[in-house]
Amino acid sequence: MAEAIHWTGGTLALLGALLTVAGAAGALRFPDVYTRIHAASLTDTGGATLMMLGLGLLAGLSLVTLKLALAWLFIMLTSPTAAHALANAAHGSGLRPQIGLWRIVPAQAEDGDQTDDGDGA
Amino acid sequence: MLAAAAAALMAAMALMLIRALLGPSPYDRMLAANSFGTKTVLFIGLAGFLFGRPDFLDLAIAYALINFVATIALMKVVRYRSLQASLSVHRGPGEAGGG
Repeated sequence: MAEAIHWTGGTLALLGALLTVAGAAGALRFPDVYTRIHAASLTDTGGATLMMLGLGLLAGLSLVTLKLALAWLFIMLTSPTAAHALANAAHGSGLRPQIGLWRIVPAQAEDGDQTDDGDGA
Repeated sequence: MLAAAAAALMAAMALMLIRALLGPSPYDRMLAANSFGTKTVLFIGLAGFLFGRPDFLDLAIAYALINFVATIALMKVVRYRSLQASLSVHRGPGEAGGG
């Protein structure tokens, strides 16, 4: 039983790390700020959940589990908040989401609104 | 297995570092910094288990808090060009007409 819990915890931690790698690859490969924010923030919370679950299984029931739960709670509270604030700031600065090959232009575009993320997409 | 997870986390942090160096807009760099911080929290917790000293989790919790505050402060500096700007008076460049 202890062996099974040990292996399950290790597998969960490894799965969380792999999910984090997938999110980092998405943040590196996606074409737009918003898609990058989407990839990174979703996989951060998911990977943190899986990894804290796995480490909690490895630790057993003790003070360590409480600390793991606290760290998980902080990540769960702050990561979506930071992602939302980041997307809000990017939208407020004039960056428009890219859909397909085109970029959305507001109906009455201001003259000074030349902001582009410049990756030539 | 924990060592493999730590290696995967290191790879993810390297990818995020590449995005922070490349990232065309400041928001890409801020996203990379924030995500790098979250991965660092996970890595510190994992390193505690790897070295057999789970006390590292205290550092992980403190790092999670610092990471969030640093991201918000960075966003404020990029948006208002100052840390001293009053949030209620000044407006960002793109929301002059907003309520």
